[in-house]
Amino acid sequence: MKIFVTTKRVTDPDVKIKVKPDGSGIATEGIDYKVNPFDEIAVEEAIRINEKQGGEVVVVSIGSGASTKEVRSGLAMGAQRGILVKTDDYLDSLGTATVLKKIVDDEKPDLILMGKQAVDGDNNQVGQILADMLGYAQACFASKIELGDDQKTARVTREVDGGFDHVEVDLPAVITADLRLNEPRYASLPGIMKAKKKPINEMELSSLGLDTTPKVVWHKFSEPAERKAGIKVPDVPTLVSKLKDEAKVL
Amino acid sequence: MALNYDLSEEQQILRSSVRKFAKDVIKPVARELDEREEFSYDTMKSMAELGLFGVFVSPEHGGQGLDYVSYIIATEEIARVDGSHAATVAAGNSLGIGPLNYYGSEEQKKKYLPKLCAGQGLWGFGLTEPNAGSDAGGSQTTAVPDGNEWVINGSKIFITNAANKISMGVTIQAVTGKRPDGKKELSCFLVEHGTKGFTAKEMHGKLMWRSSNTAELYFEDCRIPRENLLGRQGDGFHQMLSTLDGGRLSIGAMGLGCGQGAFDLALAYSQERQQFGRPICKFQAIAFKLADMAMEIELARNLMYKAGWLRDNQRPFAQEAAMAKLYCSELARRVSNHAVQIHGGYGLMKEYDVERFYRDAKFLEIGEGTSEVQRIVISRQIGC
Repeated sequence: MKIFVTTKRVTDPDVKIKVKPDGSGIATEGIDYKVNPFDEIAVEEAIRINEKQGGEVVVVSIGSGASTKEVRSGLAMGAQRGILVKTDDYLDSLGTATVLKKIVDDEKPDLILMGKQAVDGDNNQVGQILADMLGYAQACFASKIELGDDQKTARVTREVDGGFDHVEVDLPAVITADLRLNEPRYASLPGIMKAKKKPINEMELSSLGLDTTPKVVWHKFSEPAERKAGIKVPDVPTLVSKLKDEAKVL
Repeated sequence: MALNYDLSEEQQILRSSVRKFAKDVIKPVARELDEREEFSYDTMKSMAELGLFGVFVSPEHGGQGLDYVSYIIATEEIARVDGSHAATVAAGNSLGIGPLNYYGSEEQKKKYLPKLCAGQGLWGFGLTEPNAGSDAGGSQTTAVPDGNEWVINGSKIFITNAANKISMGVTIQAVTGKRPDGKKELSCFLVEHGTKGFTAKEMHGKLMWRSSNTAELYFEDCRIPRENLLGRQGDGFHQMLSTLDGGRLSIGAMGLGCGQGAFDLALAYSQERQQFGRPICKFQAIAFKLADMAMEIELARNLMYKAGWLRDNQRPFAQEAAMAKLYCSELARRVSNHAVQIHGGYGLMKEYDVERFYRDAKFLEIGEGTSEVQRIVISRQIGC
């Protein structure tokens, strides 16, 4: 079984980011980059399926030349090869899906695993758009994935508001990983050494002949308003009256 | 354009993987293990699975085949959360595996390295004796040939990784005769656990590294096969000294990690702790302390990585290794001292990790050559 898994290079989620003084973007100076945590979960799931079923796990990424590090992180965890579409341009969700569709058309994987969203833009759209473009089934926010015996279907437990949604999808399909799908392994030292020799096919976005002009444009960035300190209330009646009269939410 | 401070892609991935591992797996249990003075076989197993043993040994002998800078980074990241675990890794690699890897015969390597690199076993390095510390050539332990065997008598002390359930054996230095110049002829031997006449006893009551394993070794008419000599007869002192050059890089990396870890705790605390209506990091007395700490850590890292780089590039590195060991261990003591000071009264309490860094730091100025010995090494190197 050939599994595609996408990884995105994002600013380290453990580091507090700052907005540039002119509001044109995020100040990237001195910021570390990591694999999007949801993508790491998707990579882990792909490797687990691969360990059982055999086949191939291909890590796919779009980003600057430096993104080979994030692709190689996936290879160090156990994926077999990588594809990096290089660009320094900003892509919106539609643009990203357009590029991924092209790669999928060329490579024809049996399953596409993605993080449900990247923790930088938090758009939560690429998986859904890609599935639609390809005409594939989609199962987003997966917390459990079981492949059918014939490997033609997958049963997916989706985390939705208020509970779980159980769906069965025909493969190939796009499945996006939620937080509780698994706990990703650490890239081991021998894994890192093996990854050194695994191939990454790098290509320029401009060479693919795709229109990825963003339809969504960022106008301005600003820091969220500072939170005011909360208050402590002595008892439930006071709480209810404050929610009713002051916050007016009841 | 030759000067380049970038870590390789592999080194960057290794750093972030080991950092996450240390934070998720070791940090949550470190304080309690220290308190109970207990070696954890669980975390040992996890560290082994991550590949933290045999880091620089070739894959042919079961190792990971990484460079020395990678090994330094891995040790630094473990030390950043806990000294005891870093000690198990550092001693395991540079003192346990190191001499076997560099001086062992092909047979000896095949026999021991795969298990040690898989972290299924640990190997000790017996140099220090009750009466031979800084004077490492003053060993009193003897090895006398008798037929196809060597008969060993004597004792060793403060030997890391040498007395727990997975200790497989030790490399020891012993006197094997007199050299033509009248000095002792020293040779190294491999002694397996379970050999008759060899006892390893765990030492308790340590100030620091409380969840790493430390042993006293006793040899009473202990007979080992002739082929358990490591390398050539008479090469022992040279082997030990050269092992310590590498060991110094380990201790330096531990000092760097210890300093960074104590700094992380101090910075986070100073940003949260409010006095006189604002976070204490806003007061210059604290802010300048933190600025100095950050600067010294940066200096230490540059020196440390350079020493590793020299070794990786087959350049002489003994002087830089001694400098890195000396600077990083004294840095760890200074920074952990400031870090406790910034924590105030809470820094004196066991429920705050910073007190452990303060205690663990002290080892680094003593073990594997005291700071005084490092100054001797450096002063000789520069021509005094």
